[in-house]
Amino acid sequence: MKIRILGIVALLTVAAATINALFVVPADLNQGDAQRIMYVHVPSAWLAYLSFGTTALAGIGWIWKRDRRFDHAALAAAEIGVMFTAFALWGGMMWGQPVWGTAWQWGDPRITTTALLLALYLGYLLLRRLTADPERRATRAAIVGLVAAVDIPIVHFSVEWWRGLHQTATFLAPDKVLNPAAPLPFVLTLLAMLGSFTIAWAYLMIRRYQLADAEWRGEEAARDASLAAARRRAVRPTISDAPSAPAGEVAR
Amino acid sequence: MTVGAQARIALAVARKDAMAELRGRSAISSTLFFAALVLLLFGFALGPDAAHLAQAAPGLLWLAIVFAGLLAVARLHQLETDDGALEQLALYPVARRAIYLGKALAGFGAMLVLGALLVPLMGLLYAVDLLAAWPGLVAAVLLGTLGFAAVGTFYAGVTVRLRAREVMLPLLVLPVIAPLLLAAVKATSAALSGDPFGELGAWLQLLAAFDIVMLIVGAGTYGFLLEE
Repeated sequence: MKIRILGIVALLTVAAATINALFVVPADLNQGDAQRIMYVHVPSAWLAYLSFGTTALAGIGWIWKRDRRFDHAALAAAEIGVMFTAFALWGGMMWGQPVWGTAWQWGDPRITTTALLLALYLGYLLLRRLTADPERRATRAAIVGLVAAVDIPIVHFSVEWWRGLHQTATFLAPDKVLNPAAPLPFVLTLLAMLGSFTIAWAYLMIRRYQLADAEWRGEEAARDASLAAARRRAVRPTISDAPSAPAGEVAR
Repeated sequence: MTVGAQARIALAVARKDAMAELRGRSAISSTLFFAALVLLLFGFALGPDAAHLAQAAPGLLWLAIVFAGLLAVARLHQLETDDGALEQLALYPVARRAIYLGKALAGFGAMLVLGALLVPLMGLLYAVDLLAAWPGLVAAVLLGTLGFAAVGTFYAGVTVRLRAREVMLPLLVLPVIAPLLLAAVKATSAALSGDPFGELGAWLQLLAAFDIVMLIVGAGTYGFLLEE
């Protein structure tokens, strides 16, 4: 019940903040309405980083304590993080089309880093899906999530350098709006979006966590059931077959 | 366990891998052949304009190293699991990081053979003058292949038991080594062009930092893979 209330609160605050960002706050003088994309773009990017940080920490928690709750949190955060990363990338490209004149800008370190981020964690999710045993899956995922998290700063740094050592391309980066010179209504709108998105993130995390927990228990139940069935089948034949060794063994 | 003992174990593991690889000669020569073929096909894809090819040469070289390197590091783990030797290796009462470092060292060796073949071949096929650039080039190849071996060995350990490992290894490795690829290509092209902007040192430092971070992370976490 409490979680449902959190969900309703998340929905209402996101709706209110979105209406404000779309219709109430004035459009940017230079960029026009395209600048409004920033209000969902920046919170999405923030939640992506929050999610992947959570995945890495939860992975460390699993390795340390071997408590499956950590693995549920890691999975939940990774999935939600991939969703928000894709969202941030999409928003960035939508914004880039009118403002840069191109949806993809190799000179911008953020868009290239975000694309790699998406690839890193899609790989993480695929790896999880391909590993059947829950404990193995949790361990593999934990260390892969850790390596991915270590890699993110190196990726960002290298891409930044890649551009910086050659040309100095200065675009109006989305998060420059956070600087003190930005008009107050813009800053407040962005803060409202950040806050409401974070509430929504918390709700999604809790729900996905519960789902992961249910999946784990379902897997365990299925494994126990198949094990019990195999035991029942195995009891009778072994008694009658015991005296004669398999042909392959005799030949050796 | 002392550092010296761990180093001896790592060397023993690396020697074992190298021996297994050299005795089954067909695998290493087919990997080398594949890498050479990639370089040749890039020429067809981007040629025949020689100036264009020479400019793209560092990027093509590193892509060929990466593609062939994926095969090389996958093999080093594949050999282990084919006859259950990885479990044996995991049972030895030695530090797991020494095993990881040994396997990474073997991978590094294989990558160096690859580099020693591909760099001259690049010079030949793409008409790039290597002699003037050799110190920077050697440094870039050493640091780049070391980092690739560190990451590749780690992920080969992650994926070796998966049924879909042939797909999963590149899927996991390629995004992680993106900074390595970028820095190695930049360092190589800086070395080849005589380093007009003085950026070679910076890229080599980035490569070295990547290598150190990934070796530490790999050595720290590889043990958990063997426990499975």
